[in-house]
Amino acid sequence: MKSANTKINRRSFLKVSALAGGGMVLSFSWLAGCKPTAKEMLAMPKEWFELNSYIKIGDNGLITLFSPNPEFGSNVKTSMPMLIAEELDVDWKNVMVEQADFYPERYDRQFTGGSQGIRQGWVPMRTAGATARALLVAAAAQTWSVPSSEITTSNGEISHAESGKKAGYGEMASLAAKMEIPEDIALKEIKDFKIIGNSKKNVDGKNIVTGKPMYALDKKVEGMKYAAIVHPPAFGMKLKSFDKESVSGMSGIIDAFSINLFKDDYRRNFFDTTTFPEIIAIVGNSTWEVMQAKKNLKAEWEEAPKTEFMAAGFGGNATEVTIPAGLENTSSHKARMAEYINKPGNVLRRDGDPEGQFKNAHKVIERTYSAPFLAHNTMEPMNAFADVKGDKAEIYGPTQAPDLIRGTIEQALGIPKENIQINLARMGGGFGRRAYSHHLVEAALISQKIQAPVKMVYTREDDMSAGVYRPTYSATYRAALDENNNLLAFHVKAGGIPESPLHANRFPAGAIDNYLAEGWDIPSNITIGAFRAPRSNFIAGAEQSFLDELAEEMGKDPIEFRLELLKRAETDPVGENNDYVPARYAGVLEMVRDKSNWKSPQANVHRGVSAYFCHNSYVAEVVDTVVKDNQPVVENVYAAVDCGIVVNPDAAANMGEGAIVDGIGNAYFGEMAFENGAPTKTNFDKYRMIRHKEAPKKIEVHFVQNNEDPTGLGEPLFPPVFAALANSLYKATGKRYYEQPFAPQLEMQNLKM
Amino acid sequence: MATYNLKINGKSLQVDVDPNTPMLWVLRDHLDLVGTKFGCGIAQCGACTVHMDGNAVRSCQLPVSAVESSEITTIEGLSEEGDHPVQKAWIEHDVPQCGYCQAGQIMSAAALLKSNPSPSDADIENAMNGNICRCGTYTRIKAAVKTASQNL
Repeated sequence: MKSANTKINRRSFLKVSALAGGGMVLSFSWLAGCKPTAKEMLAMPKEWFELNSYIKIGDNGLITLFSPNPEFGSNVKTSMPMLIAEELDVDWKNVMVEQADFYPERYDRQFTGGSQGIRQGWVPMRTAGATARALLVAAAAQTWSVPSSEITTSNGEISHAESGKKAGYGEMASLAAKMEIPEDIALKEIKDFKIIGNSKKNVDGKNIVTGKPMYALDKKVEGMKYAAIVHPPAFGMKLKSFDKESVSGMSGIIDAFSINLFKDDYRRNFFDTTTFPEIIAIVGNSTWEVMQAKKNLKAEWEEAPKTEFMAAGFGGNATEVTIPAGLENTSSHKARMAEYINKPGNVLRRDGDPEGQFKNAHKVIERTYSAPFLAHNTMEPMNAFADVKGDKAEIYGPTQAPDLIRGTIEQALGIPKENIQINLARMGGGFGRRAYSHHLVEAALISQKIQAPVKMVYTREDDMSAGVYRPTYSATYRAALDENNNLLAFHVKAGGIPESPLHANRFPAGAIDNYLAEGWDIPSNITIGAFRAPRSNFIAGAEQSFLDELAEEMGKDPIEFRLELLKRAETDPVGENNDYVPARYAGVLEMVRDKSNWKSPQANVHRGVSAYFCHNSYVAEVVDTVVKDNQPVVENVYAAVDCGIVVNPDAAANMGEGAIVDGIGNAYFGEMAFENGAPTKTNFDKYRMIRHKEAPKKIEVHFVQNNEDPTGLGEPLFPPVFAALANSLYKATGKRYYEQPFAPQLEMQNLKM
Repeated sequence: MATYNLKINGKSLQVDVDPNTPMLWVLRDHLDLVGTKFGCGIAQCGACTVHMDGNAVRSCQLPVSAVESSEITTIEGLSEEGDHPVQKAWIEHDVPQCGYCQAGQIMSAAALLKSNPSPSDADIENAMNGNICRCGTYTRIKAAVKTASQNL
């Protein structure tokens, strides 16, 4: 039996009812009807009892579970409460889920990103459920004067077999809330799970399909004003001056002013990646009116000088940040990156004697892969609601990382942290973009200035042109072969603007005797940040495309070639710190080989395979392309996933399907370019996104069944699909695709895209 | 500013706005019907899709002055109890991820099924191609449209 010590996570178990908020807005999303019926209203409890930060039990046995992490579409609002409900031992039908607000005093990790929600919530969520269950059992034991050990629970009912006594959780909740929290709590055996592993529908499904207000953009309060922003037209530029008169007098316009996100003495943190620290805000009576004024606003901009400052690093250490001056161009980015094909990088790992082996090689294969900047393009543009009056601030916004922006808000407003309440809105997509939450700071500063509630919204053009983009990358791979086509040495040199995508200790490191990994980077003033599977989202495609070409050169089946390398890494690993488990890696390749019937594709189907490990999970994918009416069509995608125990299988498959579609879309079309610092695409007319017609006709996501603790899921299916697609396109067209996006090259081959 | 008498979700509603104001913002800011979403403002993403006299239109490009006596239906008015076959199919297939585009997807799908109750795969792709789903739920959307078509 697994046991968890509640001490490790004590603050989550504090009974701080004062913070819970008296007027709970109850969600009826779990009920059949859209509006609560009279009968359902009667079914609501008269009183709720808080057992810990995550759990309230009504006197009639209804359960409210608080989902701690922000929801951006990965469905944590369903799957994290499932973990609590499992150990609490309740009937899921009686569970209501509420989004917790940001309460660091009550919750440990209110962060959505890095595919870590379930992995890091696995023990704390279950412990919260098990602890509350123990309190209910202790309350029953006391009431019935029987030993706790003789009491059992099931589906929200407590029983004592010998005496025949039974009680619902609701009957014991009042006393349970007053019991001492036990220090050691037993968690269920995997075989006893009833909820985990059984698909549950999205708890917000009904609200979504009926258009209920759930997003920050939907927020409205009495007296609320609307705000638009105007930012510099290019990276490398800043505000010089603006003419307020150019908008004053326009219909519905109240004010226009500039705001500055950072005070001079503020030390930025790792996530203070702010595109333009100083912007202009226009405040008015409606969204349309402020958007009209935005078009009229006259402003002068000037080139920004090079800036240097100290910032708190990821782990808390200070790092020096330099933002270069200048207006950058995609053409010069490409030229500078290409120089590194023949220029050395920084050696990140060396096994054996790669240089010597390359010198003596019979044949050397060298290929360079590249990919552009990408915009996140969340469907809901950046926006936030803020109500700042005097020394109090309430902010409601789409953020993946409230904890990382609270200090920034504190310094910007000059209001102490304890007077700043951040409430978590459902996000219309995140993909990493909303880990950088300066839209919350902007709304707060605007509200502070006008001392009234305000909703600030970016236009799509603002959102796309003031991005925190996925960097542009390039990687050169080399392989040395002997006269019998045996692999002698392997060399990867990868970099980007402004960071390297390389994970030097990942596969195929550990599988090849002579291995060299080098990294490089080129500074830039274009802001970049996390984008679904950072770095992996490029390097997986490059590496797995190269391995495909290498396998072909060596005359081997691409899956068998990878399995041979993994066998070597498992039985006789090269070097140290190889950060993957070869057997699990091989497991997904074998699974996808079987599920796709790899060796016997259907007629006219061109297949490509790829596999990757990231965010603690292993994924292999096969893409089937057919060419119909001169157009490449993804007919089917097979994915095999090892992410340990799958909590909510159907929702997990949904996220996997989405990651595959996202990957195919970005591989075909994703691209942001710059001219004189200005993004060349500012809306969906130019920035092409994958649509219904280009989506795969079918996707199968298969999960490896095992009892490993859960690992990441939101990101790992994304990186490998780039190469699976490229490798299948090669089979379809006879051409290798080295440069993303692929669509322009396919069009050059007279294919319709 | 001008006064408009609008027919929305079967009700008569009055607004006093600039004639150029898109229906999207009339619905969202003036009538508190926020289920219709803002995505791009240039009719490229479909998040703002509503029905005008039963046809799917992009409300971000529909000035209030052009609506006149037309009947507008938004996601809030698609069904009384959230039980339109398309809404039910969306739940059955657990389609949404972030959910932001789904009101627009559902309105496009409902309009399609009204004019074509048994669409082929190609019909669905054509009718839905103006609705972007950034989370990539396209395969589920297609499956849900098919389910809905069987339950009309």
